[in-house]
Amino acid sequence: MRSIAVASGKGGTGKTTVAVNLARVMPGPVSVMDCDVEEPNVHLFLSTESRQTHSVGIPVPRIDTNKCTVCGECARFCEFNALGDMRSKIVVFNELCHGCGGCTRVCPENAITEVQRVIGEVDQGVSAQDIRVITGRLNVGEALSPPVIRAVRRYKAEGMVIVDAPPGTACPFAAAVRGSDLVVLVTEPTPFGIHDLGLAAETLDAMKLPFGVVINRSGEGDEGVEEVCRRHGVPLLARIPEDRRIAEAYSRGELVVDALPQYREEFLKLYRSITDMLNPNGDES
Amino acid sequence: MTAVNQKAIEIAVISGKGGTGKTSITAALAVLARNAVVADCDVDAADLHLVLRPEVLETHDFISGHEAVIRELDCRGCGLCRDYCRYDAVNAVIAPDGREVFRVDPGACEGCGVCVRFCPVQSIDFPDGHCGEWFISRARTGPMVHARLAPGAENSGKLVSRVREAAREQAKASGGTMILVDGPPGIGCPVIAAVTGTRLVLVVVEPTLSGEHDLERVLGLARHFNIPAAVCVNKWDINPELAQRIEAGARERGAESLGRIPFDAAVTRAQVRGHTVIDEGGQAAEDIRGLWQNLKKKLNL
Repeated sequence: MRSIAVASGKGGTGKTTVAVNLARVMPGPVSVMDCDVEEPNVHLFLSTESRQTHSVGIPVPRIDTNKCTVCGECARFCEFNALGDMRSKIVVFNELCHGCGGCTRVCPENAITEVQRVIGEVDQGVSAQDIRVITGRLNVGEALSPPVIRAVRRYKAEGMVIVDAPPGTACPFAAAVRGSDLVVLVTEPTPFGIHDLGLAAETLDAMKLPFGVVINRSGEGDEGVEEVCRRHGVPLLARIPEDRRIAEAYSRGELVVDALPQYREEFLKLYRSITDMLNPNGDES
Repeated sequence: MTAVNQKAIEIAVISGKGGTGKTSITAALAVLARNAVVADCDVDAADLHLVLRPEVLETHDFISGHEAVIRELDCRGCGLCRDYCRYDAVNAVIAPDGREVFRVDPGACEGCGVCVRFCPVQSIDFPDGHCGEWFISRARTGPMVHARLAPGAENSGKLVSRVREAAREQAKASGGTMILVDGPPGIGCPVIAAVTGTRLVLVVVEPTLSGEHDLERVLGLARHFNIPAAVCVNKWDINPELAQRIEAGARERGAESLGRIPFDAAVTRAQVRGHTVIDEGGQAAEDIRGLWQNLKKKLNL
């Protein structure tokens, strides 16, 4: 299993478009992991009929009040202020818990056990195009997306895996791209797009992950993107032109390569560039 | 008389789905509002400064949480840290002297301190996390607070809270009566930090199936935190039928539409020229003026 993460600094640059259309033109077996768990959209383009769903939880502390002496050690230890020492008892703030398990280990009375608090779910199914789709979904009102992202990434799939990452450069982005063989950064050639591409590129450099760039809505401004590519020594993998028909097909939840077959070649070219980056010596394994 | 003690009204512009036009619209509203404090809370991909071009007056380090760092010379390679870490942040590496030791991946470390506490030879340090910077600036629209999260860093929600706190201080000091929050995409931690306690969230949505799907979740978030919401369909003419359906769906969820903005090349042109859509003029600018009037009406201003 090899994985390619499709990511971007700025939101709405076309990550999902690139991920699903790339999966569509690639030889199988191929899977798409939707790691934009706050706003997952892959399923709108690759719908799956039967799905298996698993809940994702964070292990949060449950305190046995018969054993607890309110010594406060757990509350002093917790870096996330998820345990409050109220003198007469310890109060657990579930929403703040990161599930590190530290409190259960430091409790001298063994009064703390862990229970799973559900914060989201992962489902998987196979689309009509024979693409396996694994989707993570954070429950509305929950703050922490990385545990759901990690749960998606733990799935094992045959062949190639395309990861649709969340926007930004913060910890959800890092959790989604970590462990990928290659990252494809999608940008648009606008000042916002180019600025955020630079931020994402810096983050990937810091993580020591190889990456290439795709320009979406290519046209005026492309030279700014090329400049970022030169600065980071990475290739420009493909250009998807500015075309209102692409935006309209996207708005209806259609795959670009099916609605506008003339763009199939551009996505195939992207696939070949990716293969070249993954196999610099030309072997296809 | 200016109401010196009156708290500034906070409005958060958010979107669920990214790239729908939050920042362009926030910048334009800032021009129309005159003397609003602007808070760029999209701290890991901040762009508002590219069009408001503020002069930075103060730079502050954002120190939050801690980061585990193993002193490899002292590490005995027992691997307990790796076994205890719930975030797969500890990896085995070969030290220069050939021993197997352990190293923490700073990008994966959540700063829980479990490894620090339980290392049998106390060889793990736990320094403060330098998670970025935040700035107090002066834009031509008035005070502006913005930030830059360190690459891949944790604690973006806390940085958003810090930015909003500083924006409130600026509003108090300058007598500003409104704070415009440019929010991050999504529905997670930084979004929650950007919307809690605001008077209204304005959700900018595009007429796409993705936009419709994401709007539903972001309106769910607003309801979860009991914050009134309104919507604005941007680039409505990409798919007029869907624009209408989205507005109807939002209305059913208690979020009325405060305006539509057409697809207009002037929006990108304004970005390229480093100013706002209002400066650029055109149909989008006209419709944002209408949005601003409706927003004021909604807030009884």
